[in-house]
Amino acid sequence: MSTTNATTAAPEQVEAPQKGFAGQSVPRKEDKRLVQGQGVFVDDVRRHEVGYVHFVRSPYAHAAIANIDVSAALELEGVYGALIGEEVAALTDPFFQLSVPPGSEIKDYALAVGKVRHLGDPVAVVAARTRELARDAAELVEVEYEPLPVVVDPERALDEDAAVLHEDAGTNLVWSGAFDWGDFDTALAEADRVVRIERLHFDRFSSTPLETSGALVEYDRGTAQWTLHANNQFPGFAIIMMGPALRTGMDKLRFVSQDIGGAFGNKICTHPQLVALCLLARKLNRPVQWTEWRTDQHTGNSHGNERVFLDVEVPVKADGTMLGFRCKAVDDCGAYSRYEPLGCIIWAQVTPGLYRWRNVHIDFSQVCTNKSPCGPNRGYSRMQHLWFTERVIDIVAHELDLDPVEIRKLNYIKAEEMPYETPNGCVYDSGDYARCLDMALDLIGYGSIEEKRQDAQSRGKLLGVGIGSTLDSGTNNFGQSQLLNPDLQFSGNNEVASVKLDIFGEVVVTLGTTPQGQSHETVASQVVSDILGVTPDDVHVRAGHDSYWNSHAGFSGTYASQFAVTGLGAVSGATELLADQIRRLAAVILGADGPDAIVLDGGFAKLRDNPEAALPFMACGAIVNANNAGLPPELDDVTLNCRYVYKPPFQVPDKERKFGNLTLTYATQIHACVVEVDPATGVYEIVDYAAVDDCGNRIHPQIVEGQVHGAAAHGLGAAMFETFSYDEDGTLLTSNFYDYHVPHALDMPPLKTGAIESPSPFTSLGTKGMGEGGGAGIHSVCAAIQDALRPAGNAIVTDSHNPYHRVWDLLRAPEASRALVKVEQR
Amino acid sequence: MEPVTSQRIGVTVNGALHEREVEARRLLVHLIRDDLGLTGTHVGCDTGNCGACTVLLDGAAVKSCMLLAVQADGATIETVESLAQEGDLHPLQQAFSDHHALQCGYCTPGMLMSAKHLLDHNAEPTENEIRRAIQGNICRCTGYVNIVEAIAAVAKGEVSA
Repeated sequence: MSTTNATTAAPEQVEAPQKGFAGQSVPRKEDKRLVQGQGVFVDDVRRHEVGYVHFVRSPYAHAAIANIDVSAALELEGVYGALIGEEVAALTDPFFQLSVPPGSEIKDYALAVGKVRHLGDPVAVVAARTRELARDAAELVEVEYEPLPVVVDPERALDEDAAVLHEDAGTNLVWSGAFDWGDFDTALAEADRVVRIERLHFDRFSSTPLETSGALVEYDRGTAQWTLHANNQFPGFAIIMMGPALRTGMDKLRFVSQDIGGAFGNKICTHPQLVALCLLARKLNRPVQWTEWRTDQHTGNSHGNERVFLDVEVPVKADGTMLGFRCKAVDDCGAYSRYEPLGCIIWAQVTPGLYRWRNVHIDFSQVCTNKSPCGPNRGYSRMQHLWFTERVIDIVAHELDLDPVEIRKLNYIKAEEMPYETPNGCVYDSGDYARCLDMALDLIGYGSIEEKRQDAQSRGKLLGVGIGSTLDSGTNNFGQSQLLNPDLQFSGNNEVASVKLDIFGEVVVTLGTTPQGQSHETVASQVVSDILGVTPDDVHVRAGHDSYWNSHAGFSGTYASQFAVTGLGAVSGATELLADQIRRLAAVILGADGPDAIVLDGGFAKLRDNPEAALPFMACGAIVNANNAGLPPELDDVTLNCRYVYKPPFQVPDKERKFGNLTLTYATQIHACVVEVDPATGVYEIVDYAAVDDCGNRIHPQIVEGQVHGAAAHGLGAAMFETFSYDEDGTLLTSNFYDYHVPHALDMPPLKTGAIESPSPFTSLGTKGMGEGGGAGIHSVCAAIQDALRPAGNAIVTDSHNPYHRVWDLLRAPEASRALVKVEQR
Repeated sequence: MEPVTSQRIGVTVNGALHEREVEARRLLVHLIRDDLGLTGTHVGCDTGNCGACTVLLDGAAVKSCMLLAVQADGATIETVESLAQEGDLHPLQQAFSDHHALQCGYCTPGMLMSAKHLLDHNAEPTENEIRRAIQGNICRCTGYVNIVEAIAAVAKGEVSA
């Protein structure tokens, strides 16, 4: 088959994996319903008399709204009502902004108020008896626009004559600041060579989950409470944004989801649409149902951040040791800052990439443009930065004629240096990058690469090899937000789980997370069963999320590679509490000396010294829940219903120095890619590909490998096919799956995988968050193309997105890219 | 004369005949999902690219968002809900689970129907033929690696009971 699983044994210094279900690829609990079409996704939720919703969206990238007339729409039989921006402005407050001035002055509402700022900006919303009728009604809404000049290019957004999107802010700047760690000037003075790169561009794309965003929203007049059946993946954040805007309390917004059809970060920032639905449900006094159209997701929902790196300087010693870098970064967050400016700090979780670079200076700024607003996207903000570090490594190697493998090994942080503190105070917990790289190279047959190169040459092709080495930093310290805005009151992180033993002895687990394919039911059941001495089949993990289960906290959700740490930390914490209560109960019932004399095994609480004396879990559940008369007072706190909040050990970072540990775990991904380029056309093919992953102890290796496949596919899609491309008028040219090509089965190369396990010393299970990857697919393709083009003009790859026509440009005019790079010899 | 905007149709879905008055513009996928309540068939795009809505219509794999419901008048349709028999998973369903060929599960019903269509017509497909058969079905989670493996396993008879 196409996949080679080269998983190796754990390194010697690592403890043997624990015995039990953790570490085994047990059958997935979610599959039985999903393969039979019995999942419940948001569009599957039904209510009587529901109003189907359609958003009316701007055809202009930037325009004043002179008038909106919904009367023709309302006259259509079967149309229930509409809502426009002016009503939203009266009924809600603008969403809370995370930035300091000028970004904090941005006024962002659920619908556009006064003007539209991107193609697809919603100006009105209508509800009707059927989906089709809602669309008809939306077409009858008459909007008078007065078009305004547009800003598409982030590098032009701060020009004096640039149109300003948000007059309240008075500028297109959202946030800016300098990051300075180590001593860059001294590093520059000590360098034997300085490599300068004029401009690098990370392209705009998104992971485009197959299920679009959606919600069914009900309003209960009697309790003034909304229930949102929504596929939002971070309800904690949504509620923080929505409660103040709607002038209501957190508990009045009940979030419910079961199955979510992929999210990848793109379903975090749906709070504007959800507020519009809340207002509409209340106004019409009926449930309203919205399922976003694919075209609307592309034009009006979350995009990944575009970023430009300018005036890059890299001091290098004669032997290839790199001392750090200096650059300017301009991040484009589109028309509104909805999760931003968090992207202005999140990259700093991986400041030096995988390298021992101690001297870093970045002048970072973020700007608004007339494009769809950005939000987190698999690898959020770190991917852009890691692409930069990998481009720096490969451009330096190329210019100084150093081997890309050797320069990496020379500059990689070493396994024996772990845990390693980066220049800005992040602590890389564990890892062995060089070993992962060797594995990846073995998987692509690097030892015989020169013969392959000659073989390709004999067929008229240019062969290139590229490496992408990345980190997936997981479990955020939200205190990093205070490095952007010292007044923000967020820090640390948390996740919740509840585990109970029910009346007939059923083990029931409730999570605070909102999984979208990450198999939380399965993985949680493995951890619970090992602690309670049962099997995963005996453990019922509730599917999905419901904030009325009271098993969530402020940061609950599924995002940012953290379930294996925060989610499982909460699950194991709650299960340990339950196990302790069962032992205490059984000790009393069985007349043992104390809880330590009890072991849990096979669904029984047994006397350690006499396993024949055993209390079945069914009896434990029945006694506490339904037959508790006469229990001694020392068991008063035994409820067999245990809630635990996992909280990672974080401090608030030092705001002056912008210094501190921003994430708890750092999983490693090393990818190696072999391409063959047709020099006549620029068409290239990935002929070999390997992805080696190290996420510490793997609870379920098959699920981990599946995440590695998916992250690699997203990287390759972004590298080769996927781009949100705008014309000069701010019109999106790739607004559906015709124009925005995501990889199909024939586009994907065979993927070889390998893994090592470097357990995290900072987590109880030795696990690390994983799943996002760091965009290694993008980096390895860029590097492979650059390597392949060496004999055909030595072009430099300076863009993250390289469709065939761009490779053809590099072949035709390599000097244009070469002119962007200069080497100063000392 | 007023134009006709609706029509009475009869469609056999998963062995049961359904007669409905449908709007002429109603998409087949909305008949299946909204009128018949068979929500296993999904919608992932509005241009016919993603394949989440794939069903078998008189034995042919079709994207049910690309057909009007009235075009299915008299047809026999199979959806994902037809695959399991009396609680026993179809070999493709079992293989998808065994090989971790699904994560979020949103593309899975359409992917299974395209795979069934392939194996109904080609019992021993090559890897390339498998990839061709599912190229109209987008998966954003798996990179297709395990989906291709799962379909190949069924073709080779390597499926757990």
